[in-house]
Amino acid sequence: MAADDVKLRVSGLDFYYGPKQTLFGVNLQILTNRITALIGPSGCGKSTFLRTLNRMYETVPHARAEGEVLFDNEDLLAMDPVALRRRVGMVFQRPNPFPKSIFDNIAYGLRVNGSHGGAALKEKVEKSLRRAALWDEVKDQLHKSAYALSGGQQQRLCIARALAVDPEVLLLDEPCSALDPIATAKIEELLYSLQDQCTLIIVTHNMQQAARVADFTGFFLLGKLIEYNKTEIIFKTPAKKETEDYITGRFG
Amino acid sequence: MLWRNTWRKFVNYFMFSMTGLCALVTVGVLFFILGYLVWNGGSSLSWAFLTHLPTPVGESGGGMANAIVGSGKLLLLASAFGIPIGFLGGVYLAEFGGRAFPFVVRYTADLLNGVPSIVMGIFAWTIVVLPMKHFSTFAGGLALGVMMIPIAVRSTEEALRTVPLVLREGALALGASKWKTIATVVVPAARKGIVTGIILDIARVSGETAPLLFTAFSNRFWSPGWNQPTASLPVMVYTYAISPYDDWHKQAWAAGLVLLTLVLVANVAAKLSVSGRSAH
Amino acid sequence: MAGIPVPRGRAAANRRAPAFIQGLRSGDTFAHLFTLLCAASILLVTAALVQQLYVNSTGAVHKFGFRFLTGRTWDPVSGDFGALPFVYGTLITSALALLVAVPLGVGAAIFLSELAPPRISNAMTFVIELLAAIPSVIYGLLGIFILVPFLRQYGEPFLKRTLGFLPLFRGPMYGVGMLAGGLVLAIMVVPFIISLSREVLLAVPVEQREAALGLGATKWESTWQVVVPYARIGIMASIFLALARALGETMAVTMVIGNDPRISASLFAPGYSIAAVIANEFAEATGDLYLQALIELGLVLFALTIVINGLARIAIIFTTQKGSGH
Repeated sequence: MAADDVKLRVSGLDFYYGPKQTLFGVNLQILTNRITALIGPSGCGKSTFLRTLNRMYETVPHARAEGEVLFDNEDLLAMDPVALRRRVGMVFQRPNPFPKSIFDNIAYGLRVNGSHGGAALKEKVEKSLRRAALWDEVKDQLHKSAYALSGGQQQRLCIARALAVDPEVLLLDEPCSALDPIATAKIEELLYSLQDQCTLIIVTHNMQQAARVADFTGFFLLGKLIEYNKTEIIFKTPAKKETEDYITGRFG
Repeated sequence: MLWRNTWRKFVNYFMFSMTGLCALVTVGVLFFILGYLVWNGGSSLSWAFLTHLPTPVGESGGGMANAIVGSGKLLLLASAFGIPIGFLGGVYLAEFGGRAFPFVVRYTADLLNGVPSIVMGIFAWTIVVLPMKHFSTFAGGLALGVMMIPIAVRSTEEALRTVPLVLREGALALGASKWKTIATVVVPAARKGIVTGIILDIARVSGETAPLLFTAFSNRFWSPGWNQPTASLPVMVYTYAISPYDDWHKQAWAAGLVLLTLVLVANVAAKLSVSGRSAH
Repeated sequence: MAGIPVPRGRAAANRRAPAFIQGLRSGDTFAHLFTLLCAASILLVTAALVQQLYVNSTGAVHKFGFRFLTGRTWDPVSGDFGALPFVYGTLITSALALLVAVPLGVGAAIFLSELAPPRISNAMTFVIELLAAIPSVIYGLLGIFILVPFLRQYGEPFLKRTLGFLPLFRGPMYGVGMLAGGLVLAIMVVPFIISLSREVLLAVPVEQREAALGLGATKWESTWQVVVPYARIGIMASIFLALARALGETMAVTMVIGNDPRISASLFAPGYSIAAVIANEFAEATGDLYLQALIELGLVLFALTIVINGLARIAIIFTTQKGSGH
């Protein structure tokens, strides 16, 4: 797919928790194989928006999304959520490895989606760990518990786990907020390297991170997408005053 | 003023000493019970006791092998019935339910737990013994099994609730369906708590006597199959204890010791394994 | 990016239909239903229990009506069944049990929550909770061979000497009787009172204690006048639960109460409880009316414990929700 194609087209997305509306008419287009960052102050709706893209909100009662989200021209909100989540992966704010071995963590997504083990499975696990830049560190301890790893390693494990099922889109919800600067740097490097295989959308609290890593940036405020453009433009010459205020630290 | 303060200090010291005494007395009772059982039961516990059948009334000697086996069969039947239903019910309450229905189920489970076990025995009697017109192991197993369900439901639910939401989300995000998430991630993560709950459940019903008195009844011989009345450890303790024979009294102590040991070991092991569990 | 028509309403509804089919395909609908049935089994069992108790006792209920609870004679031979001796025995032994267990239990709970250092408190609570796991028949065993002889030789004569002017402590001293029954029950329900009361006391906010101490109260005054009243609903609930437990306790009571269906003012006298008479007579009861009368007793016991437990549970829900007794 050419790099300028639209992977996800969001039109007029509203989101409600019960009677309370938290997203208002969000319109944006995520381009294929690019890194898109979503920034904004706490509670602005960026995480909520991210979670509509893999319909994770469906675990919460009374949460509903309205509007249109097209995933390669398919209606994302009507698809089978299980099938959707095989194609759109997610990495969470705090590393959440399963209480299983490192190998079993990576293999989980594959097994759940029908893989039957054997040499092919081992290959895929290794490939995922290499992609996540974790292979060299854990190749001799694949059968140890995932909890034996450090926080940064656990997060890379979760990225490897998500990559194992070859998602077209990878959603990252503040993936470095629980990590120290060195671990963060490693993960940012990793994100760069994944770019040509995968469309990445990353929610971050850290504007410098967005500036370092992302091709496109969207600024959310109070449930609305205020501005969305190439990262350079957002940070150097933002069109809206609210964006400028946030970037320069005047609030939030 | 000074006198009043001295008095208040005295009251403080005195009342707290009294409460400490209350706590000590309660704790002391347990050790007293244990000690007495070991003292009296230990001397009557023998290999013959564990492997022989009871001798005819009035004759000395004999053992309670049939009661031990009978209790085993009853617990097996009760667990086969009560644990799967209780476990799956707990899964429902923790993973699927809404607000009103789970509340009603939880509340009713707690109420059912508080129903005297002898009433459960009557229930099993009306359902099994009355139509079949005779006592049976099956009836006893059913009575105990029904008692196990509410406990299993609550303990499973509580164990599953300790699994953090992010673990479930991690599995869902990889494309697992809800039941697969539950079966391959949530339940394994909670397995210690679930197993502990089951062990405590079994220990709890293993000591129940009243519901067996007119379901499984008793038997001085082996009870093959599931259709005949069977001896059981708690019922034997009762029967022998109220009898006029000294020899039977000794055997009652021995049986009591065996029963109490099993129950306490299960409880201590279960409680220690849960408290020693580290949070991830 | 703007101006694209937005599907609402119908599009949303169209999405719900495939969701159901998706659920079927992934097996989630089936899992949901199956586990729901298992959870519902609790309701089914309870309904069946009530139904069976009711259906199998109607004969006796109709024959005796309200006289069942007030009749004093229990005569299987002539078919006259009056439950008053059993109700009396049950209530007296339970009342005696609470009389002993409540001060003992609340006192211990106060010690464990306010005074004892956490490690000692946890260790002692662990042991006390083990007491709750001991089977009833074991308590009965100890009751018959230790408590009863003790009461007969020392306990009851002592009470007679000191408090014999009360009708409670008169008459022949067998050892077995209501006193023995009440005491055994007391030890059996104390762990419940301690366990639950300790929890509610620990849950009282530190600020409450600090407020009292800050005003110059002693620790005891702070505990007794502020902390305990704050937790009073939870403590009451624990007492209710203990009561329900005492009412239904069968084996230990049967073994020490003397099994004599008479109503006497003295605690030394043998008595009978509802659960005890069912335990003793059910297996050998002949004749429909006899059985129905016993089952009616079971129904009475069931109703009593359900009501008391039901109230206690509601109280507990209130305390855990609001976090206080207010």
